[in-house]
Amino acid sequence: MKHDFQELKLDRVTRRFAGAGGNAFAALNELTLTIRRGEFIALLGPSGCGKSTALNCIAGLLPLSGGNIWLDDERIDTLPPERRGFGMVFQNYALFPHMSVERNVGFGLRMRGVRAADVAPRVARALKLVQLVGQEHKLPGQLSGGQQQRVAIARAIVIEPPLILMDEPLSNLDAKLRLETRSEIRRIHRELGRSTVYVTHDQDEALSLADRIVVMKDGVVQQIASPQEVYTQPANLAVARFMGYRNVLELGIERQDGDRVVLSRDDIRLAGVRKQPLSGGSACVAIRPEELTVDAGADAANSIVGRVDNIEYGGRDSLVAVTTRSGVLLHVRSHVPVAIGQEVRVHVPVERALVYPQGGSA
Amino acid sequence: MTTSGAVARAPFDRSLLLIVPAAAFMLLLFVYPFLYGLALSFEPKEGGALGNYRHFFTTDNLWPTIWTTLRLALPATLINVGIGLPIAYKMRVKTRYQRWVTTLLVVPITLGTVLIAEGMLTYFGPRGWLSQTLQVLHIYDGPIRLTHNYWGVLISLVISGFPFAFLLILSYITGIDPVLSRAASTLGANPAAQFRHIYLPLLAPGLAMCFCLAFVQAFSVFPSAVLLGSPAGPTRVISIAAYEAAFEQYDYSLASAIAMIMGFVQLAVVAAVLGLRNFFYRGPVTGGKG
Repeated sequence: MKHDFQELKLDRVTRRFAGAGGNAFAALNELTLTIRRGEFIALLGPSGCGKSTALNCIAGLLPLSGGNIWLDDERIDTLPPERRGFGMVFQNYALFPHMSVERNVGFGLRMRGVRAADVAPRVARALKLVQLVGQEHKLPGQLSGGQQQRVAIARAIVIEPPLILMDEPLSNLDAKLRLETRSEIRRIHRELGRSTVYVTHDQDEALSLADRIVVMKDGVVQQIASPQEVYTQPANLAVARFMGYRNVLELGIERQDGDRVVLSRDDIRLAGVRKQPLSGGSACVAIRPEELTVDAGADAANSIVGRVDNIEYGGRDSLVAVTTRSGVLLHVRSHVPVAIGQEVRVHVPVERALVYPQGGSA
Repeated sequence: MTTSGAVARAPFDRSLLLIVPAAAFMLLLFVYPFLYGLALSFEPKEGGALGNYRHFFTTDNLWPTIWTTLRLALPATLINVGIGLPIAYKMRVKTRYQRWVTTLLVVPITLGTVLIAEGMLTYFGPRGWLSQTLQVLHIYDGPIRLTHNYWGVLISLVISGFPFAFLLILSYITGIDPVLSRAASTLGANPAAQFRHIYLPLLAPGLAMCFCLAFVQAFSVFPSAVLLGSPAGPTRVISIAAYEAAFEQYDYSLASAIAMIMGFVQLAVVAAVLGLRNFFYRGPVTGGKG
């Protein structure tokens, strides 16, 4: 078991399951990824996209159907989990119900044969890091969900693993606790500098925590990029949809000029930026609700006229549903007050209207 | 729920009446016969109120039956729980053959003790298949005796008691969240350590319970002790003594006393084992929110 590494390489890691009717389907298809030392990687995607499968493959809890995993120059995909030595935080915590907090956290150290005299101070340090001092002798059942989660994190980090794996660790917490624990995870990562692979379906979590995000769909990697890039430049329509580009309009291609594309249909005419090569006569334009602005002023460039149908008040802004005369529905985040039935002109900057070929995935 | 001193009288819940049949059943078929037997045991044919008990503990073919029975029931129970545990542990994950193995192991529970005894007499007997096969293969040439003695009864207790213990342990094991052992494995615990540190402590209360139930069953052994054992000698169990008192000497009072002693011994063993159970963790066997 290594205590540190330079690179963890996933090379075409594949995992197939027996599907209905005896034919296998690939829950994870040729995932290739290099995780550098100290990096925080988020595997992001909707449920069933293969992100948890990928995590379990790295941990050794699922055997691979194809591909290899390399820790520097040592091949580890043939090792059982107990010999990989990665710390893992499970979605439902998986604390040992019959052991006190202290014994739960110290379990990994005892399994490694660390001397009893050395276990106690290391456990105490880990509990201090997750701010659970004073709870040492309680059983997991006596703790709140947030505290249990922090015990699970302490248990994973106390063994000082070269890699920490987290499987949707915040999904069982309420909204407030989720934000607090998220900051905690970020802080712990900064303090320890341990490489982390974090599985989530929540784009906010991925954006706020990760150095790099791996977006997945149907077992296939869609994009591997920094949070900024995934957020502003989704690689394809599937990623765009998942990253909150709620307005996806299918329009006819009128003119292409470099990566500038002008598209139109009925009463809509928009210019946008091409993100993937286009073919055929039509394409999809993806726009975030917050990048559409309600411009009362007439004839603003790159704009669509419609009527306000519905308003959801949201404090700083409101989510407004605007329907054009031809019946296209747009979701708009509006900072200016509007009224139902009002005619508005919504505007989008050309570089924030992203144009993709039809069909969704690459 | 009610916190005030003046307890509001809850309206009578008529669905409570549903327990009447079960309560009547228990009263008529268990509580009354038990109390009747208890009272009867204090009215011996001769001697004072404790005459039967004095008789039992001073008669040479009566009091040793306690040890005879324990000598059969305790090893049989230990074997059943001891073999049931590793097999159930192996069967905890669903595999293609898991259902077949489980079914196969459970079949003996559907056979009556008499049927098992009949089968064993022909199979294990001196002229049975086992003995003949061993002799043909020259593995063991002498006559082997596995019936009409201690071993015959013990084997029959294992055959009839094992499925029960196995099923009970299997249900306890499958109740333990498998993610716990996976968590242990990521923390460096190999399969043996996972069993020792995760499964065993969480199973301990269930194993104690299983031991008690299997023991009570084995302690009341009667048909196989008669059919497969030597009821006059080494397998003269306590139920045989009670049977003889009741139906050969027609001394119902003494028979009741023996039955009471039998119940007391069972209770003592069960209480001891359940007392041990308190040293273990008892509570939910999952690792957090599910």
